Amino acid sequence: MDLVDDIRRGEVRAIARAISLIEDLEPEAELLADSLFPHTGRALILGVTGSPGAGKSTLVDRLITLERRSGHKVAVIAIDPSSPFSGGAVLGDRLRMQEHATDPGVFIRSMASRGFLGGVAAATGDVLKVLDAAGYDTIFIETIGVGQTEVKIVELSDIVLLVLMPGMGDEIQAMKAGVMEIGDIFIINKKDMPGADKLLMEVEYVLSFKNPGEDTVTNPIVMTSATNGEGIGLLREAIAAHRTEIARSGKLEQKRRFRLERELMGVLNRKIHQLMDVHIEVSKQLPDWADTLYRRKACPYALINKQIQNFLKEGRGDRTN
Amino acid sequence: MPSKKTRILIAKPGLDGHDRGAKFIARTLRDEGYEVIYTGIRQTPEAIVQTAIQEDVDFVGLSLLSGAHNELFPRVVDLLKENGAEDIKVIGGGIIPEEDIPLLKEKGVQAVFGPGTSTEQIVEFIEHGSGR
Ligand SMILES: Nc1nc2c(ncn2[C@@H]2O[C@H](COP(=O)(O)OP(=O)(O)OP(=O)(O)O)[C@@H](O)[C@H]2O)c(=O)[nH]1
Ligand SMILES: [Mg+2]
Repeated sequence: MDLVDDIRRGEVRAIARAISLIEDLEPEAELLADSLFPHTGRALILGVTGSPGAGKSTLVDRLITLERRSGHKVAVIAIDPSSPFSGGAVLGDRLRMQEHATDPGVFIRSMASRGFLGGVAAATGDVLKVLDAAGYDTIFIETIGVGQTEVKIVELSDIVLLVLMPGMGDEIQAMKAGVMEIGDIFIINKKDMPGADKLLMEVEYVLSFKNPGEDTVTNPIVMTSATNGEGIGLLREAIAAHRTEIARSGKLEQKRRFRLERELMGVLNRKIHQLMDVHIEVSKQLPDWADTLYRRKACPYALINKQIQNFLKEGRGDRTN
Repeated sequence: MPSKKTRILIAKPGLDGHDRGAKFIARTLRDEGYEVIYTGIRQTPEAIVQTAIQEDVDFVGLSLLSGAHNELFPRVVDLLKENGAEDIKVIGGGIIPEEDIPLLKEKGVQAVFGPGTSTEQIVEFIEHGSGR
C-alpha cells in the first residue's frame, strides 16, 4: 500500500487521511491497520485523563514543549464526546496547544467519541498504530475522565496521568468511585489555587489504600501549575522515572501484552457480531424475536441457542465451498 | 458500515480578539451534526493550514471582523494549495463588505457568509456546494 509508505515516511497528509479512514470505519481500514502493525511498538503512549477543566490540555501543551526540546516527535489524540442529540461535536482541546501547530515534529488530532460499538478504544487503538508507525516517539491521548472512555484509556496507554484540581468538591467522590484506580501518576494541577495542599493530603490518604502489596510500583504525585509552567519539569522527570521503573520491573511488557489480549478480544467480539448480523440477520430479526417472546411463544435462551445451532450448521456447509 | 462525518475547522485569523461569533457558529454546526474543530483567536494562516491538514477537515471557516480579509483569506487558500490540500474548501464569514466578495471568490474562497446568514444557507452550502 502506498499509503503505508507515506505514513512511514511521516507525510502529514497521509497520516491525517489514514486516521479519517479508521474513524469513518471504511472497509480498507482493516488492511491498513494490519499493514502498519509490524511497524508499531516503539512509541511511548501516555494517557491523560481527569475531570473537565482540570487542565489536561494545558499540561499536554507544556509537556510537548519539553519533549520537543529533547528532540522527540510528539503526537496528540484529543478525544471529546459527540453530542448524543445531533451526533456533532465541538472539539476545542487543541486550542491550548496551537503554539505547536506549525512545528513539523508535532501532530495533533481531535477526535469525537462518536458512540462506537466497543467504545472509543476500537478506533483509537488503530489510530495509535498510524501515529506509532509514522515515527512519533511520544503519543498523548487526552480524554475526560467520566463515562465509558476513561476505562479504555487504561487499555491503550503505557502510563496513565490522572489530572486533579482543587476546589471541585467531588474529587473525593470520584476517587471513591474507582477513578483513582486508573492513574499511574497523579497530578494535582492548579496548585496556585486554594485547596491544593488539602487535595494533596486527600490523594495521599486514598493512595495509601491502593495496592498495599510490597512489590507494586509506587504512584508518584506531582503538583503543577500548568498555566505558569510550575512543576512541569518535575512531572516530566516523574514520567521518565516511572517509565524506567515499569520497563525494569516487567510491568510495561505485561501491560502491552495485556493490551494485545484486549485488542484481540475486541476484534473477535466485533467480528462475531458482524458475522451473526450477516448470517442470522440479528438486527433485522430482533423485533420479531422479541414479539415471539412477548407472546410467550418462545424463551430467550432456547431461541438464541437454536439460532446459533443453525448458524453453526450453515458454517460447516460454507467451509466445503 | 462506513460512517463518514463532515469535519469543519473554524478559525479566527487576524488580530481582533472577539470570538463570540465564531464560537456561536461552531456550536450551531455541531447541532447540525458536524464535527467542528475550534482553535481560538489570532491564528496565523500557516497555523490554520497545518491544523486543517492534520485534522483532515473538509472545510475551513474563517471568521474575521478586523478588515484584513482581503489579504488573509486568499493567503489561506494559497497555502492550502502549496501544501497539496486544495481540496479543502475555504469559507469566509464575519463582517465582509459586499464589494469585496467577488475578489475573494476569484481568489478561491468558495463562499462568503455575512452576519445575516441563516443556518440553512450554511448547511445548504456544506451539503451541496451551493449558496453564496
Ligand atoms: N489557575 C490555573 N488555571 C489553570 C491551570 N491549568 C489550566 N488552567 C485553566 O483551566 C482551564 C481549563 O484548562 P484546560 O487545559 O482546557 O483543561 P482540560 O482539562 O483540558 O479541559 P477539558 O478538555 O475541557 O476537560 C483553562 O482556563 C486554563 O487556563 C493552572 O495550573 N492554574
Ligand atoms: Mg482539554
